[in-house]
Amino acid sequence: MLELKSLSKTYRTGDAALTGVSLQVPKGQIIGLIGPSGAGKSTLIRCVNRLVEPSSGEILLGGDNLVTLGRRDLRTQRRRIGMIFQEYSLVERLTVMENVLSGRLGYVPFWRSFLRRFDAVDIQRAYQLLDRVGLLDHANKRADALSGGQRQRVGIARALAQNPELLLVDEPTASLDPKTIRQIMRLLTEICAERNLPAIVNIHDVPLARQFMQRIVGLRAGQVVFDDAPAALSEDALTRIYGAEDWDAMRKSDTEEDESESDTRRDLSEIPA
Amino acid sequence: MSNSSTIPAEWSHRSRVTRLAIWAGWLALVALFVWCWQVMTETTIWAFVWDAPRQAGDIGGRMLPPEWSYLPELMQPLWDTLNIATLGTVGGVVLAVPVSLLAARNTTPSVVVLRPVALFIIVASRSINSLIWALLLVTIIGPGLLAGIIAIALRSIGFVGKLLYEAIEETDPKQIEAIRATGAGPAQVLTYGVVPQVMPALWGISVFRWDINIRESTILGLVGAGGIGLKLNASMAVLAWDQVTVILLLILATVVVSEWISAVIRRAII
Repeated sequence: MLELKSLSKTYRTGDAALTGVSLQVPKGQIIGLIGPSGAGKSTLIRCVNRLVEPSSGEILLGGDNLVTLGRRDLRTQRRRIGMIFQEYSLVERLTVMENVLSGRLGYVPFWRSFLRRFDAVDIQRAYQLLDRVGLLDHANKRADALSGGQRQRVGIARALAQNPELLLVDEPTASLDPKTIRQIMRLLTEICAERNLPAIVNIHDVPLARQFMQRIVGLRAGQVVFDDAPAALSEDALTRIYGAEDWDAMRKSDTEEDESESDTRRDLSEIPA
Repeated sequence: MSNSSTIPAEWSHRSRVTRLAIWAGWLALVALFVWCWQVMTETTIWAFVWDAPRQAGDIGGRMLPPEWSYLPELMQPLWDTLNIATLGTVGGVVLAVPVSLLAARNTTPSVVVLRPVALFIIVASRSINSLIWALLLVTIIGPGLLAGIIAIALRSIGFVGKLLYEAIEETDPKQIEAIRATGAGPAQVLTYGVVPQVMPALWGISVFRWDINIRESTILGLVGAGGIGLKLNASMAVLAWDQVTVILLLILATVVVSEWISAVIRRAII
């Protein structure tokens, strides 16, 4: 479905963010992109819809090369790619419904979008999506009135409103609490399965990637150093991706952290409101 | 743990040299003040100054009691003044919006050409006082309300344009990026990504400027640009101090009301 051929990106400052990345994403597969900060994960997914301009290489989406497109064609192609962001990136002062409908902007002429006169079909779809992510009752609330988890659900609905053929997901759970993280990841994977949607998910939480991803690509300093099933992600592989570290100790501290968080939640729930 | 002999026994906020420099600085300031005072009062005729309280008392006496019967005659010019301020603000905001879009680094289509042009328009508008704009416009298009309205609008472009373009530059780029990623065109990115973020700022700035313009438009009549300033000018010319009192009190009341309205609106927006 998506194919990257020796994709490279060098920023104007001279930083080589990506060097010769080649990757194939078949239909329906969810890929977890892991790697240390600065490895180029965010650059990679932003190159796909050209929010960041790649320096060289090819990006083929169902046979169309996205790298060589002019502005107008690029906008048409961007409609096929839904994107979900780390801090939700909703337009805070617009309502939930407006945010979901903004996923249709690529299909709607300017004046209709300006006057908020979307097609009845689009509006029906938006309602269905809000229902799917469990926010039908919140359609007319402003986005900044929602909690983090709810906002990310709106972000998911907005991406799906585009009727995309590919999802790009940038650290979807980085600002959420452990329980919401799992709910959001479950929702994402379910939706991808329902629609046979391929997705590239940037994720910095290795256990989470192991749990929810079908395939894991490890990026280090702009190069792919691991590309296999989650089960193959051994200590060696992790060291290749992140550098030397005591992974068992980290995993233990992870569970400790989870426990302390659930303790805190218990304590908090005991405080009378 | 370091050796106790290396630990200093005393600590002071400033070093000796800094303390001396600060003392010398204050001395220089006092000397400058004394010298300036001498230059300032070189041509002062002290007899007039000693006479000032009596003169002030005299004018005060003529200003009281206020000539309240003059009030009905002031309503039409006051209405004109409010119209000058309001229409001038609307015109200024309408003109300032495109200028600020050209001036903001993140929305300008051309950093090299259009942005400097927009910044120049803003600076030019800001550097000339409304009264001077009015003076120019009265000679160009003749006396009257229109000159006043245009003067207020031209002065407002710079104020509104500057604050608005700063607000545009402070918008959250992530929200804009997300709209771009949907395949939206440039005009849609503007109306969905940028506009919702700057609307509170735009309203706040406009109301604030309207409040300032009410005050500025009260004096435009002095140069013939219509409004209550015309009456003020006329009354002062015939030394009708009791009428001047009424005009000043009326202006004061208007400004108090406009400040109250602007405060209420701004609170409602935020």
